[in-house]
Amino acid sequence: MKAQSLQFKRNASDALHDENLKLAMSFAKTGFIGKRAAAVAAVPQWQTIRDEARELKNHVLDNLDHYLLAYEEAVIRNGGTVHWAQDGEEAAKIIVDLCTQANAKTVAKGKSMVGEEASINEALEEAGIEPIETDLGEYIIQLAKEPPSHIIAPAVHKTKEQVSELFHEHHQQYGRQEKITDRAALVHEARVILREKFRHADVGITGANFLVAETGQHVLVTNEGNGDLSSILPRTQIVIAGIEKVVPNLNDASCLLRMLARSATGQHFSNYTSVMGGPKKAEDTDGPDAFHVVLVDNHRTDMLAGDLKEMLRCFRCGACMNHCPVYGAVGGHAYGWVYPGPMGSVLTPVMVGIEKAPDLPHACTLNGRCAEVCPMSIPLPSLLRRHRQTTFEKQLQSAHSRYGLKVWAFFAKRPIVYRTLTGLSVRFLKLIGGRRGYLKRLPLAGGWTKGRNLPVPQHAQTFMALYRKQQS
Amino acid sequence: MPNEILVSPDSLTQYKASVTLVSFGGIILSAPRVGLFVTCLVDLYRPNVGFAAIKLLEQSGCEVIVPEAQTCCGQPAFNSGDRASTQIIAQQVIETFESFDYVVLPSGSCAGMLHAHYAELFAVDSDWRKRAEAFSHRCYELNAFLVDVMHFQPETIQFKRKVTYHDACSGLRELGIEAQPRQLLDSVNGISLVEMDEKEVCCGFGGTFCVKYPDISDRMVGDKAAMVVQTGADVLLGGDMGCLLNISGKLSRSGKTVRVYHVAEVLAGQIEDAGIGSADGSGSEPAIDDIDSLPERKESNT
Repeated sequence: MKAQSLQFKRNASDALHDENLKLAMSFAKTGFIGKRAAAVAAVPQWQTIRDEARELKNHVLDNLDHYLLAYEEAVIRNGGTVHWAQDGEEAAKIIVDLCTQANAKTVAKGKSMVGEEASINEALEEAGIEPIETDLGEYIIQLAKEPPSHIIAPAVHKTKEQVSELFHEHHQQYGRQEKITDRAALVHEARVILREKFRHADVGITGANFLVAETGQHVLVTNEGNGDLSSILPRTQIVIAGIEKVVPNLNDASCLLRMLARSATGQHFSNYTSVMGGPKKAEDTDGPDAFHVVLVDNHRTDMLAGDLKEMLRCFRCGACMNHCPVYGAVGGHAYGWVYPGPMGSVLTPVMVGIEKAPDLPHACTLNGRCAEVCPMSIPLPSLLRRHRQTTFEKQLQSAHSRYGLKVWAFFAKRPIVYRTLTGLSVRFLKLIGGRRGYLKRLPLAGGWTKGRNLPVPQHAQTFMALYRKQQS
Repeated sequence: MPNEILVSPDSLTQYKASVTLVSFGGIILSAPRVGLFVTCLVDLYRPNVGFAAIKLLEQSGCEVIVPEAQTCCGQPAFNSGDRASTQIIAQQVIETFESFDYVVLPSGSCAGMLHAHYAELFAVDSDWRKRAEAFSHRCYELNAFLVDVMHFQPETIQFKRKVTYHDACSGLRELGIEAQPRQLLDSVNGISLVEMDEKEVCCGFGGTFCVKYPDISDRMVGDKAAMVVQTGADVLLGGDMGCLLNISGKLSRSGKTVRVYHVAEVLAGQIEDAGIGSADGSGSEPAIDDIDSLPERKESNT
């Protein structure tokens, strides 16, 4: 997926005027936030688990090479193969080659965010292989030819009515002429159509929530069971995962699992949590003949070596975006690439280059609610500030805002000059707006006054001037 | 301790621990010398808050000094990534205020800047780092200082209003300020506090954010103003001028008559007729409920 993050401002402005989006986001917001809060409140030892999880991930990141090699060894022991990809492009190439070797016509895909990083679908289509998204949300946006707008609820921006239109348009080819609008009926229709596709897929591709170094297994969490069907039915199974997904053993995975679904959807546990690994063995009743894992770096080692290391604790629950008021206002597409919201504003500038996404770290009020709910205790506002420092050093912000900052800093560093200027400013503002107490318009403040009034100062003198007078 | 995320747990413990510096079991051993950092927005927009803060601090038993050399805490530079300017401003603030027992600010956002971020501006083990660390632990937001350090009970004040309270995000999440202003308001006669829905959600001010992304900011403050109105309160209180300017501007544009004050103004009994962003106290012209249908006025104020 080509990054559109340079257009953040324009995308956001369009999104603010999209009434369907506003409706869809308002449902999502109330659902996610309330359910998470209730689920977390029901676990008295939440903070203890959270601390443990942070330490666990920090330990893994400090010894990442060790655990990755241990995982590879275990996968080989189980009869599988591990492929290493430097970036998304290389990952897509490995996957296309594997599918071609398997003579694949169709591929059943479980939802994978690192798969989105690698633009697997585009690569497969170019090679003449049909990828079929099997997660309901992903299926919907595949029909709509749109990227995901949320990392766990990719079609969260769509209303029920929009989904009904889409299904009506695309499902007539399967003999379904009737337009349905009932939520359950829509899900059922997708289920019936997808079930046929699972049976004929030659290759299954899924992501992984955790890679277990000790056993060479991976843990896959879904609510629809589509990940299991995508893994078990096709002859060849491919797992794609970022290198930060590895954990030492199953106990450690279970520590993280206690927080994942609660943070994501407010469920205690997701409907399906599967542990699998390796190809079918002689005693197994089902499973693939061939098993491959593609481990993707894509700038993760850059983060590991730099000052954004803490971001690698992220296990993609989406709580940060669910609680972000900016995400809630503009939706996920405005961010212009795979990952939206607070975690996206940290990851996108690393993965596509900060020159292509200089707005994202600034599109945040630093209110800190994301960090407050992050189960992995990632200090997202601090990480965004680090990106802001880079945009400042590389002069990536608009000349207008850089100049404004320079002028402001000049005065802030010189108290006496500052006093003179503030004295003049309050006198001027009081003069032009004192009668009402606010201004409806002010040159250079058009952004503010477009939707709200600008209060004018209480007095024609600053506090410091009045205080000085009072003292003398 | 639900809100400790932005600062390291150590830092918050130290913030609480330094409470015992000159108060022992609630008894103040000597009048602490407090440097009042009025903050740039109070200086410009609401001198009344500065005077209210002085009154409250003196009532609580402090000696209050307002140093002349203060400007701004440096947040605009810090949050824009201009580390060099932030360092210079931070050094200036430290030099101006470090001789006081405490530094008090009528803003959670600015207090959060001094308390939680100054030290990280300087290299580990540098002299300035040590100075900043020693300094930061003595910097307090006004409400938190009055309650946690001075164990202050406001003098008997009447304020027969239905109010709602906006928690500014930095104060809430960087300093854990939530109970203190409510505890202080509890001793005001006649006041009734109604909490708003989604009270922990940001109002969309965000410092430079509201200038860089005015459309998004406007949507957020629109949602916040709606929550304020929904409570049926006739007064909105808060501890941060940035949020209050933002919300009052939205309320008055939408024709709402909710009056807006800084909490210190109420606690000090220094309520002026005109709330923030209004001249006559009504907060607006005759009601225009539909924001989008605001008439274009030829005789602009400007």
